[in-house]
Order: sequence, then structure tokens, then C-alpha cells
Amino acid sequence: MSTPQILLALLAERPKHGYELKREHDERLPGAKPLPYGQVYSTLQRLERDGLVAVAEVVQENGPERTVYELTPKGEERMRAWLAETEPPLPYVGGALFSRVVMALVAGGDARAGLDRQRAAHLERMRELTRAKTAPGASVAEVLAADYALLHLDADLRWMELAVRRLADLTKEISR
Amino acid sequence: MSPLLHARGVAKTFGRTRALRDASLSIDAGEVVAISGPSGSGKSTLLHCLAEIVVPDEGEIHYGGTRVDELDEDARTRLRREAFGIVFQFGGLVPELTAEENVAVSLMFRGTDRAEASAAAREWLERVGVGDCAALRPGELSGGQAQRVAVARALATEPAVIFADEPTGALDSVTGEEVLGLLLGAARERGATVVLVTHDNRIAAYADREVVVRDGVVSDVPAVAR
Repeated sequence: MSTPQILLALLAERPKHGYELKREHDERLPGAKPLPYGQVYSTLQRLERDGLVAVAEVVQENGPERTVYELTPKGEERMRAWLAETEPPLPYVGGALFSRVVMALVAGGDARAGLDRQRAAHLERMRELTRAKTAPGASVAEVLAADYALLHLDADLRWMELAVRRLADLTKEISR
Repeated sequence: MSPLLHARGVAKTFGRTRALRDASLSIDAGEVVAISGPSGSGKSTLLHCLAEIVVPDEGEIHYGGTRVDELDEDARTRLRREAFGIVFQFGGLVPELTAEENVAVSLMFRGTDRAEASAAAREWLERVGVGDCAALRPGELSGGQAQRVAVARALATEPAVIFADEPTGALDSVTGEEVLGLLLGAARERGATVVLVTHDNRIAAYADREVVVRDGVVSDVPAVAR
């Protein structure tokens, strides 16, 4: 994953301590897995060793000491380079859903019933996400994360409908 | 509790096209139900049968415990005006009337006097964010504005059931979700029932549950979706 780059990007705003970075990571990327504290600190240590961040100050506000990190020019450069890269489109179609649906069509039997159950499960998740994004007080970050997930689930559902419509052709191809 | 709307074994043929073969479903009061399915599956015909716009060839429709498909045309028209609100894909507004008049007319059909109907219409237009379009005719409105007017018209009579046939079909996805949000927000606030036909999965996800129509047949809803 790109945790080091994400921490660099979060530090681009202003210097922050580890706890702030963890909290902001989870707030800005609400659909992602929460970042464990341990990983924040180990990543910061590596970034410091590589000269990408530096300790700005150590503060103590009615609690434990907190080390505040800032981005170095080299870190800024590394972060900008990461943002300038494109994310490679996935080279292979994979995933359990793809294999299961194709195999269900190949194996024959009642593929339709399985697809209906899959559709119901997908739609239930989509309802949860829709409730979350339309809840009063949902943050823009939460809406963005929900939209991302909703569009991907929608793509799965539309592909499944298409797969069923191609079923006859697929059956012909297999029996050749 | 008996369902508010109930269809049993409904079939409908148009010319040589069998639009619905065997549709059965029950909808409880206050539910928001999405009817989905591929193009030509019969989902709009099912909505039109439930809303008493068309009469099925076979089967029964019950509303509030009363069989309604056998009522005469006048009684069905009365039911539509008094208990139902309807939103179509392309607004279905009267082109010669202003936005305000389009909304007011639905109230005047129910016996509200003109002044009161106009005031209520302006209030509803305000509520759905097109208060400044009151004097415009449908031809002068954008797709999103026209659909908001259609939503105001459907809500103004405070119907027990709102039927919406692809209400976001002609809108971009952000505008579509805004219009749907207004419609469902107002409906849920009042505990109204909503029957929503859509081929868009993301719109269907706004409903409490989904009923899938395939080749004119309504499949039973899997337990996981209830």
C-alpha cells in the first residue's frame, strides 16, 4: 500500500504528530482500513531515516510527549512524484466474484438463482452505503468513499446481468 | 397487518406484446420499494397497473384491503387523484401551464380553491428548490428543474402512495440523486409509501427493498433483501 506517500501528503498541509496523522488518514479515507498506530510510527521512522520528513518539535499538552514531524524538500518532491504517476489499470480481471459467476455459468445448473442471491447481497450493501452517504452530517470524504464503493458494486451488478445475457453464447462455445 | 398495496397474478398484453405474465407482490404502508429489471421486462407496466393507470387483463390489484382493478373508470380516477401521486421520467408537465399552475391544478382537481392551491403550489416549489421558476412554463425549465416541479406536483396533494417511473432517467447522476433525495425525504417524513421503477442499481439502493421483474414475471424477493 501507499501509506508512506499518504503520510507525506497529509504532512504537506502543515507539520503534524503521529496521532494526528492516524486520525486524519482515517477521516479523509473513511472507506479504507483504519491505519494502525504502530504502522504510523514505524513508517514515520523510516521516512525520517530516508530524509523525507524531519522532527519539527516535541510538544507536551497535558498528556504524553508528542513528536511533530514536517515534510522536507526531498519528501515534498517524493510526494509530488507519486501524485504525478498514474495508477496502472488492472492488467487481469480477477476476484472471487468473477471466477464464481463464470464457473457457475460453465458448470450449468441454476446459475440464475445464485446470481439473484448475489444481486440481493450486493444491493443490501449498496443500501447501507446509500444510507451512510445520505445521513445528516455525512462528511464530503464519507460521501466520496461511499460513491466509489457504490459505483464499483453497480459495475459488478451490470456485469452480472450482461453475463446472463451472454449465457447462451457461452454454452455454445463450451459444447463446441 | 395487511399490505397497503397487493397484486396477485397480474398479466397484461398490449397488442401482441405480453408485457406482464405473472406478477404478484405486496407493499406495506410506509415502505419505499424499487421495482427493477432490464428494459422491456414489464416493470413500468406493473407500476401502471398498481397505480390504476392501466387495467390488467388477468389477476387482481388491492389497495387498502379493497379490490380496485374492477372499479369503473371514474372511481379509479378518483382514487388516483385522492390517494396517489405520480412522477414520470419526463416530468409529464402540461406545457401550456406555468410551473405553479402545474402544481396547483393537482390540488384544484381535489377541490382546493384556486388561491389556496396557488399558495400551496408556491410553497412546494420553494421546498424542492425551484421557487424562482414558479412563473416559467415547462419549455423554459432545465430537465432537473422540470423534474423538481413534477416532484412538487406529486407531493402537493400529500398522497398515501407516490409512484415514480424512472424519475431520474433523464437526469445526470448528481441531479438525479438530488431530485430523488427530495422526493424520498418528503415521503419518509410523512410516512408515505413510494413505488419506484428504475433500471439504475444506485437509484434502487435508495429503496428499503427491491422487487425484480424479469420477462414479465415478478420473482420472489430473496430473504436477505427483506
